[in-house]
Amino acid sequence: MAKPDYLHFFIDPNRCIGCQACLQACSECDTHRGESMIHLEYVNRSESVQTVPVVCMHCEQPTCAEVCPADAIKRTGDGVVQSARKPRCIACGNCVVACPFGVPELYEDRKIMMKCDMCYDRTSVGKKPMCATVCPSQALFFGTREQIEQLRPLSTPINTFQFGRQTITTQVHVLVPRKLTNATPYVDVTAAMDESPRSRAVSLKVVSAPDRAPVESDPYAEVEV
Amino acid sequence: MAEIPADPLRIIDRFGPHLSAMTGMRLSTSIEPDRLVKTHCCFCGQQCGIQLKVRDNEVIGFEPWEEFPFNRGMLCPKGVKRYLQGSHPDRLTTALRRDTSSASGFSSLPYAEAINRVAAEIGRIQQMHGAGAIGVLGGASLTTEKTYLLGKFARVCLKTPFIDYNGRLCMVSAGAANKKAFGIDRTTNPWSDMVGTDVIWIAGSNVAECSPITTNYIWQAREQGAKIIMQDPRITPAARTCDLYLPVKPGRDAAVFAGVLQIMIERDWLDHTFIDAHTIGFEQVAEYCKEWTLPRTAEVTGVPQRALMQAAEWWGVAKTSFLFHARGIEHHSNGVQNSLGTINLVLASGRIGKPKCGYGTIVGQANGQGGREHGQKCDQLPGWRDISNPEHRRYIAGVWGIDEQELPGPGVDAYELFRKIDRGEIKGLLSICFNPKVSLPDNAFITRCLEKLEFYAAIDFFLNDTAWHADVVLPGSLHEEDEGTVTQVEGRIIKINKAVDCPGEAREDWRIVQDIAHALGRPHGFTFSEPREIFEELRRASKGGVADYSGVTYEKITQQMGIFWPCYSEDPRTGAALDDHPGTPRLFERDSYNPVAKGAGPFYFPDGRARFNVADYRQPVDDASEEYPVYLTTGRVVSQFLSGTQTRRIGPLVKQYAEPRIEMHPRLAAKFGIADGDWTTAETRRGTITLKAQVVTTIRPDTIFIPYHWAGRKSANQLTVAAQDPISKIPQYKVCGCRVRKADAPPDYAAVLEPQQ
Repeated sequence: MAKPDYLHFFIDPNRCIGCQACLQACSECDTHRGESMIHLEYVNRSESVQTVPVVCMHCEQPTCAEVCPADAIKRTGDGVVQSARKPRCIACGNCVVACPFGVPELYEDRKIMMKCDMCYDRTSVGKKPMCATVCPSQALFFGTREQIEQLRPLSTPINTFQFGRQTITTQVHVLVPRKLTNATPYVDVTAAMDESPRSRAVSLKVVSAPDRAPVESDPYAEVEV
Repeated sequence: MAEIPADPLRIIDRFGPHLSAMTGMRLSTSIEPDRLVKTHCCFCGQQCGIQLKVRDNEVIGFEPWEEFPFNRGMLCPKGVKRYLQGSHPDRLTTALRRDTSSASGFSSLPYAEAINRVAAEIGRIQQMHGAGAIGVLGGASLTTEKTYLLGKFARVCLKTPFIDYNGRLCMVSAGAANKKAFGIDRTTNPWSDMVGTDVIWIAGSNVAECSPITTNYIWQAREQGAKIIMQDPRITPAARTCDLYLPVKPGRDAAVFAGVLQIMIERDWLDHTFIDAHTIGFEQVAEYCKEWTLPRTAEVTGVPQRALMQAAEWWGVAKTSFLFHARGIEHHSNGVQNSLGTINLVLASGRIGKPKCGYGTIVGQANGQGGREHGQKCDQLPGWRDISNPEHRRYIAGVWGIDEQELPGPGVDAYELFRKIDRGEIKGLLSICFNPKVSLPDNAFITRCLEKLEFYAAIDFFLNDTAWHADVVLPGSLHEEDEGTVTQVEGRIIKINKAVDCPGEAREDWRIVQDIAHALGRPHGFTFSEPREIFEELRRASKGGVADYSGVTYEKITQQMGIFWPCYSEDPRTGAALDDHPGTPRLFERDSYNPVAKGAGPFYFPDGRARFNVADYRQPVDDASEEYPVYLTTGRVVSQFLSGTQTRRIGPLVKQYAEPRIEMHPRLAAKFGIADGDWTTAETRRGTITLKAQVVTTIRPDTIFIPYHWAGRKSANQLTVAAQDPISKIPQYKVCGCRVRKADAPPDYAAVLEPQQ
């Protein structure tokens, strides 16, 4: 079986609260118990509580696979870029260095690269990935395009990224705000304390109400579970 | 009995906290579970649905439960790793007795002998000093069945008025305010009502870390147009992207609410129709608010005028809204007033008792709601009845088959109970689900009291830090080893299901309580053979009370995936029998009927009207001063829970946030030459603590924050002040004067203790 092609993975860093439920749940996944295949980064904890969950983006032309001298990284027919294959991986770390999203990690003790495989064991049997199932802020979301359009009117999913001259298209989508507003959330408390803010305030791109009619009632009423 | 029986390091060697890890069946990728048990998380008041994987009488993992409507499979890290509390090396599988000749300070005792010993000591103390010389401490992480039984046990078996519970540190300010304003103490609306509102105001709640699942409801509300207002001295993870952040100075919340209400009055952003038809007392509140001009409010609260004005405008003109608060405004010697201040804002807006118009307090513990309703609180009888009300006493005495005269009167709050120990009035203590040596403020005093007890028996599954002082420890049950009900944050009664049996000589807590009653020769009323029987009696006991559970059955809970109380077995209008009452998801709907108002109105007073209460600001006790110029505030981190008895034993959760740190702003840190990671000493009038600094711009520069989950020299409650709210008796954990300095050297503990110890 394969991951159904109408189901997609979406990341919304705007929603992330840094709780690490995703990492903790990832390490409960049946194929790699005890080990999380994803990570969560503070952008800069001294200045913000902003965190970013990092799952594999599952590139259409995975750089990690392209640079692998042992041809150990395979992409399945349904677009999932898998962890390095055990007999082939030589633990050279090329993929770790080359991945533009900073996803793969080298496990020196076992001489292998391991990374997120979009919970292939779960998604291929109709379940959601462990991280997106538990995520309490739903910064990680797994569902249909229609669901995301209905549930996230303030954001647009994108899956094309530019790194220098390299254009990368991914299976995983990142939600970006549709437009900027005047809202200026604060990074430093002192900015919020001043009558006329002097400290550095960073606009976090919270956007205004959408044009579409708001969805009434339970946010998950339409979501198949 | 006395000082702890051995060197703390030796007690820790034997009883932990040690860390559990994913090993054996819990690590295997090939072992299939025998079955999945649908139940709930054992930690916070959200009570997320979860499925436990069970094999060979061991919980080996979890699987999300996506059908449960509240959390739809979502879990925080505590929920994900909760299963690792089972099969733990620190688990108590026999009873223990204090034994100074043993290296660890304790030795095993056969269960029956331990029960007899507890009963003999209780009997001896009561014979010499009277029934009231025994105190009982309960907790709001217990099932409602257990809390009911414990209240009954104290009053009927021990005949002591002195029972109270750890909800005293948690829910009582909100509870008292709710009773004063609405006549009933429950969140008014289901969480799903949040989505579709115009504005959500969250006062004093670090939602992202303390009730993570609520975050998705808030974000979803924002997607659909809601503006989010967060009031907190720190930019918490959910405050990071809120629409309006109010950087309130610790202890000034009542002033914020008064100042905002004053703006609403000046601009006439009020619902006069609602105020006239459904409330009383608005004039007095309006009169009080006059002194809270915008400049004065800004001056007192530390929130700039522009932000107060913005909050008032958004709140004032909204058509729909939700307001939440939690311990941030409740943990104060002014906690009830702070809570009443929020209720005044809600009542002035008229936005309550309708879809998308709600108010609620976010409970902290699993059964923070149910645990405060059925009689383990010192002044209360089941069904939220009042132990001082003759009619209530007669009804409950009838259910319990005793003479009303035999029923003790009101006792005292948990902290006062310790003062009674200090004064020698209480000489024996039985505790369950309460770790006051970590969780009560000024805990050096608590330690001194424990040392004065003639006899102390603790029921727990791990040797918690308070139980170090126990003469006898009885091995109780983990959440997954028993069944029962709890009532979660929305007021939804849910069912906890048993997954595994208790190991060794450990017993379900309710059996232990009953065994003590039998050993005392007072078995009358303590002959239940399963939790369901206790629940059936609780249904009868709660019937006719405000918290009426009489129409609830285990089957109905499972079928409906939870029932919101009140749920009646008789139509409150006609008295006709009802077997299909679905419960009450939303309180105070305009045409609703309740047994107190009897049709006079939607609120639970005889005239059916809600009460405005003057919510006056009072300066905190032991406020920041010249001598102690910094505010100390305390709270939680996402991967730990309460006093850490469970979560400090779960390896992956400890790894996430291993040890407490002192959070401070770079401006404050610079004053003392402190850099991120430096050993730093914080000092109050009660004591000192030395921890590493975490220097971040996300906290007010006049405030430091220390999480409270750790014990001993890492306990934040060495510093906090035992000032209490005069009405609710909640301690003032969230503010006291403090000073800070760079430490001369690492603390002694750093060389000998693991992070979680």
